[in-house]
Amino acid sequence: MKNRARILCILGSLLPISLCVAAGVGAYQILPWRIPIVLLFREDGFDVLIYVRFPRVILSAIVGSVLAISGATLQGIFRNPLADPGLIGVTAGAGLGAAVWIVLIGSGFFGIWGVPIAAFTGGVIVTIAVWKIAQTQGQVLTVTLLLAGIALNSFAGAGIGLMTFLADEEQLRSLTFWLLGGFGGATWRVVAVTLPVAIVGGFVLFRLARALNAMSLGESEAYHLGVSTESLKRWAVFGVALTVGAAVSAAGGIGFVGLVVPHLIRLMGGADHRYVLPGSALGGAILLVLADLFARTVAIPAELPVGVITALLGGPFFLWLLMRFKKEVVYG
Amino acid sequence: MVELVAVGYRIGHKWIVRDIDLKIEAGQFWILVGPNGAGKTTLLRLISGELSPTTGRIRLFGESIDKYSPQELARQRAYLQQKRDVNFPFRASEIVLLGRHPHLNGARECPTDFTIAEEAMKKVQSEMFAERLYPTLSGGEASRVDLARILAQKPELFLLDEPTNHLDPRHQVQILHLCQSIAQSGKSVIAAVHDLNLASMYAEHVLMLRQGIPIAVGPPALVLTPQQLETAYDVPFEVMRLSSGRLVVLPLLSDSIPKTGTLKSVSN
Repeated sequence: MKNRARILCILGSLLPISLCVAAGVGAYQILPWRIPIVLLFREDGFDVLIYVRFPRVILSAIVGSVLAISGATLQGIFRNPLADPGLIGVTAGAGLGAAVWIVLIGSGFFGIWGVPIAAFTGGVIVTIAVWKIAQTQGQVLTVTLLLAGIALNSFAGAGIGLMTFLADEEQLRSLTFWLLGGFGGATWRVVAVTLPVAIVGGFVLFRLARALNAMSLGESEAYHLGVSTESLKRWAVFGVALTVGAAVSAAGGIGFVGLVVPHLIRLMGGADHRYVLPGSALGGAILLVLADLFARTVAIPAELPVGVITALLGGPFFLWLLMRFKKEVVYG
Repeated sequence: MVELVAVGYRIGHKWIVRDIDLKIEAGQFWILVGPNGAGKTTLLRLISGELSPTTGRIRLFGESIDKYSPQELARQRAYLQQKRDVNFPFRASEIVLLGRHPHLNGARECPTDFTIAEEAMKKVQSEMFAERLYPTLSGGEASRVDLARILAQKPELFLLDEPTNHLDPRHQVQILHLCQSIAQSGKSVIAAVHDLNLASMYAEHVLMLRQGIPIAVGPPALVLTPQQLETAYDVPFEVMRLSSGRLVVLPLLSDSIPKTGTLKSVSN
């Protein structure tokens, strides 16, 4: 118990540190401890910090934390440690929405907001479709939810493939960059749109923590412990669709954060969701801030898509987890 | 406490249980017996409120069971399931503490809840696993931890689906003894048990099911007779009464079941 509080405190103090480091490092270097001085006395680099770095690191922190909370929530709902926010179709749906917008409609409408709006709409529509398909006689069985998610994921994937095929060269580039994810387009306005959605969705998901603990025993066990499992699932899917939809429309599809972070948090301090959810929020934020820092500094002045970095780090890590998981649970 | 009137449950065209009339009073210990697929689990799930009967009605404390919210139900009855798998590294003590969930109303556990959980673990001799990760416990150890969780829930009605599964004889006897003392303290216990000898030792009332239909209800000595057992299980039985009054129930191989090559012919 105390151990968990300590882990949360450590993560909580690591987050501002990583934010400052990431805000300082880049093509224009500002030493992290000089940031307050630069801000206070409007020294050189003030504009870089205020207009470029801060919105970027803050957006990556928001996106990282909602992806990780959503991952932890869905892992709890599906009672499967290998679940991912993409599982209910929200990521693929957002990708499809963005692809359709970029290729078929173009940038004429809504200006820079066109793609994010299309992505958010796509993500929410596909999630609702998954939910409706999974519904049988007023109940949503977890298994059917999973299967409907897989089916619509592959459907949306095919749609994205078709759009890629139809796209011309320029569309292809913006499509690819968007699908891989990145924070190149971060501005205060994007932060201002994403943050409230993340806060509302995060609040919804945090409130589910205790019910998710009961859910880990099994769906009917959770019912026998007094959990309304239908409403738990509905709120979880709602919260995940909202936050991940907003995250993907702000930064594109960034994989593996939602899968890996909750695991790390569980390895450190156990499985109680009242600890895993806040821990994932902090851990996801730190991880994505650092991943984005790496993505934009490793090959200055070029910038790698951050989704590539998280996948590069996440893939091997995931395999390692799988090995460990096999050992612990199967032979434990 | 619980009353079932003409309860039936159907999936598609198949009746899983039907024609169940049952009245269970406070302080009674009931054991459900019957072959695999006889409907014992379904009956328990109906009484728990998890399934709604296709026909008939179920009352808990005089009130129709569908009037209760999941949380209200969870304060009145607890259910021990046969199958369990937990994929997350919860400690055994955390699993037991989940039994307090219906009583918390969203607040944090207070010291009383921890005390209740500890006492529950002691009652089923599982306090030594408290700090171990639940997924690494053996079947019998996990069963006892689950029982402790049910005890921590402090319900009026205990529904136990094969609570003696996976347990060694010592713990089987201890668990059923515990059920008996729970009943003596004024609560009710309904347990599905496969071991007929254990059932005859501990049950006050036995309900025997066959293909979802009750074929005998009453005290063990009246229900567990060779004729009724043969009807239920399609295999002859020998029932002996020991000088202590206890029953010994033994299934016999009948001529209709080949004595050699049984496995082969069954697996066809």
